[in-house]
Amino acid sequence: MSGESIVFYTTAFFAIVGALGMVVSRKAVHSALWVAFAMINIAVLYFSLGAPFLGTTQVIVYTGAVMMLFLFVLMIVGVDSSDSLLETIKGQRIVGLLFALAFGSMLISAITSNAPLPAVGFGKINFDNGGQINGLASLVFSTYLLAFEVTSALLITAALGAMVLAHTERWTPRKTQDELQRERTLGSHITPQPAPGVLASNNSVDTPALLPDGSTSEASLPTPFKGQGAVTSNLAIDEVSK
Amino acid sequence: MNPNNYLVLAAILFTIGAFGVLVRRNAIIVFMSVEMMLNAANLAFVAGARSTGTLDGLVAAFFVMVVAAAEVVVGLAIIVSIFRSRRSASIDEPSLLKY
Amino acid sequence: MIAALIGLPLAGATALLLGGRRTNAWGHFLAVALSASSFFVGLGLLIQMMGRPAEERAVSQQLFQWITVGTFQVPFGLHLDQLSIAFVMLITGVGTLIHIYSIGYMAHDENRRRFFAYLNLFVAAMLLLVLADSYLLIYVGWEGVGLASYLLISFYQHKPSAATAGKKAFIVNRVGDAGLAIAIMLMFTTFGTVTFTGVDAGAGQASAQHLTWMGLALLLAACGKSAQFPLQSWLLDAMEGPTPVSALIHAATMVTAGVYLIVRAHAIFDLSETARTAVVAIGAITLLLGAFIGTAKDDIKKGLAGSTMSQIGYMVLAAGLGPVGYVFAIFHLLTHGMFKAGLFLGAGSVMHGMHDDVNMRHYGALRTMMKITYVTFGLGFLAIIGIPPFAGFWSKDEIIHAAFGQNTFVGAAALLGAGVTAFYMTRMMAMTFFGEARWQDDVHPHESPAVMTIPMMVLAFGSVFGGMAMLFLGDIEGWLEPVTGFAQPANAISNTILIPITLVTVLLGAGYAWLRYGRRPVPVTAPAQVSILTRAARADAYGDALNEAVFMRPGQYLTRSLTWFDTKGIDGAIGGLAAAIGGISARARRLQNGYTRSYALTMLGGATLIAFVLLLVRL
Repeated sequence: MSGESIVFYTTAFFAIVGALGMVVSRKAVHSALWVAFAMINIAVLYFSLGAPFLGTTQVIVYTGAVMMLFLFVLMIVGVDSSDSLLETIKGQRIVGLLFALAFGSMLISAITSNAPLPAVGFGKINFDNGGQINGLASLVFSTYLLAFEVTSALLITAALGAMVLAHTERWTPRKTQDELQRERTLGSHITPQPAPGVLASNNSVDTPALLPDGSTSEASLPTPFKGQGAVTSNLAIDEVSK
Repeated sequence: MNPNNYLVLAAILFTIGAFGVLVRRNAIIVFMSVEMMLNAANLAFVAGARSTGTLDGLVAAFFVMVVAAAEVVVGLAIIVSIFRSRRSASIDEPSLLKY
Repeated sequence: MIAALIGLPLAGATALLLGGRRTNAWGHFLAVALSASSFFVGLGLLIQMMGRPAEERAVSQQLFQWITVGTFQVPFGLHLDQLSIAFVMLITGVGTLIHIYSIGYMAHDENRRRFFAYLNLFVAAMLLLVLADSYLLIYVGWEGVGLASYLLISFYQHKPSAATAGKKAFIVNRVGDAGLAIAIMLMFTTFGTVTFTGVDAGAGQASAQHLTWMGLALLLAACGKSAQFPLQSWLLDAMEGPTPVSALIHAATMVTAGVYLIVRAHAIFDLSETARTAVVAIGAITLLLGAFIGTAKDDIKKGLAGSTMSQIGYMVLAAGLGPVGYVFAIFHLLTHGMFKAGLFLGAGSVMHGMHDDVNMRHYGALRTMMKITYVTFGLGFLAIIGIPPFAGFWSKDEIIHAAFGQNTFVGAAALLGAGVTAFYMTRMMAMTFFGEARWQDDVHPHESPAVMTIPMMVLAFGSVFGGMAMLFLGDIEGWLEPVTGFAQPANAISNTILIPITLVTVLLGAGYAWLRYGRRPVPVTAPAQVSILTRAARADAYGDALNEAVFMRPGQYLTRSLTWFDTKGIDGAIGGLAAAIGGISARARRLQNGYTRSYALTMLGGATLIAFVLLLVRL
């Protein structure tokens, strides 16, 4: 068994495990971590295939940037929000599984029925270009220049689009310090708002504080989590009541 | 080792990703599944590039990554804005465009 | 001048119909004046015509080019010949008398103006019919009189029976009109022209089959308009109209239009033996059928209507005899126009005095109360049963004579008809003017005013002397001969033998009727226990029942089936298709459930399918 085989079977196993873990995890954070795991294994495969630049980029872009972005969004949406395992669309799981199996088996049978791919390798072309990165650069800036430029436009557009989508317009004038002061002193609540996680089972930012009477306080949650805390607060109460 | 194994692995990963898109309701996990499918495609590109001894497959994989990054940015922004209005990240929730 | 004949009454109708209520006060005088002036124009034309030698008597007037389609041209032309002028005199003469009579008869009707407008319209249309110089123009007049007839039959439109009778007349006439239309189309395809001169000239070269069909189509038209079997059923119901209308339209003029048409188209009938035989057969059947119906009617007008059918049957029979009979058909038509109009006016006068009661069983002994009516009606009676020297004798005897020349059976039918005519007319006389009074309680019979009796007297005068005048002074045979042709009947039985036989038959019929109705009391209500024949005659010889069974019920059944087929079959198929598509769509749109994952599943299914196909193709 060659070294490449050992690396391939190991990483392939881990990648499949990571992918399956992503699918079966109830919690989104776990899924994200399984994905990161699978992607690192894929990066290892890139290295073993002789594409170190792409492997590095895979680690930086996917496991670094993209997965972190996922985690950020999970923070906003709620780390704890886990899927209900009940399938709401009738037959979706069965039919999906059947289709997926049929599709996968057809792909695999098509691939395996073919003659083995030649293993030319990047040796010659790396040598011709004076290194793989030089070769990639010359391709990107010559043959694929238009695609490259369009990609840059796409990135700019995506960035702007994300800003526009995530931006919320302020409809009321910003409160002045004076107004805030008046609200504080003339309102019903002179003391500071309760902090999230106080007396709760965990100190996550989306866990509402428990009040002395055992109920939860919505007021303790930061604005983005308000109104969605039912699951987490129940959990907290359960923990306390035990 | 048969280089076709890389393609088989890509096929398996792609299928798992597609299955994830079908069965998971959390929009973020659905996105992850899509990323998994893209990665499978990338793997096939790289394997193909090695087999032919050219760098074009690597460039393609490179572009796929860039596009995937852009897609993730916009997609997650959409998820956030949907979440803001509906307080949910479920992909089944915005099922208003129907009969 | 010919156009003025038509134009005057048409102007009257227009003025009265458009003038509205403003003409209420004097409208009827205008109508009478215009009708009379038309008569005097006609009289002038007649005198002019008599002044010319026989070949030059016919005159034409081209008013304008009516229809021009390629080589097919129909001029709007009027043609006044010896035949037309006879009709013009009858229509305008009798028409004017009936106009005058109507002033009295309709005095208390609030719609009198409308009535006179329709009468003028009828006169104009009828004159157009007889003055037309092409069959297409005849068709215009034909429809015009049909319209006037419809309007006048249903003049008492508030009465459902009158409205229905008008519709019935109109619809039955349509059947005949279809025959005329077919005949005109056949003429066009055969001769390329529809003018009298063109048809007369081309008839010799046309094939016998074409001529026969043309003749039969014309006969159908005549049957419709002249109430001949099998289209006779409308005439009895047409008596719902005011009595002057019955006298003018449904006795003297319009119903004889069929005879006019056959005589006018003699060029076709001369050449088609088959068509002529059919005409004779129809005439013989109708003359017996009408007389038969007349024997059982208690309604004085319906009895006269049956008589009209019968007398027109005589004319049609004569017209079917060919050149032997054309002249006598017209001769009988003219005498009949006078005495039958007189009889109808007499009936109207009786009704006028009896509170519009038409049931003869409520009459009786009126000869003392209505002397003038009695005398005029009696003279008409003598004329119609054919007592010499009254008008009907001369014309009817000639027809019977000519019929015997054709065929003994036909002659016998005509002779029998004469006997039956005598029977029912005597019955009518006896029930109306003789016997004991069977008047209803609040009825006080009285003589009609002079405006009504004078026309009756004039017509009675015509009934007495008209036949003799036309035959001996006017030489009707020689007068019409240039138009219709004339041949002496080649007869086995000469007139010297036939006249006594006819007279005996007539006297037998009259005597039997006198014995039954004059000598014995007449029950006030019609006896219910009667023979099958009487019942059949009372039911108009089951003409309506026949129509109903043969045409109406199958028609209704057909319509109902078609409606059923339309609603269930066609609408069902279309509606079912729409419902099916709708149902399928309603189910198909369930696929559009809004779940992204479902769509993704569909996509994966599609990808699987494509992969499968690619695999299949490659392997």
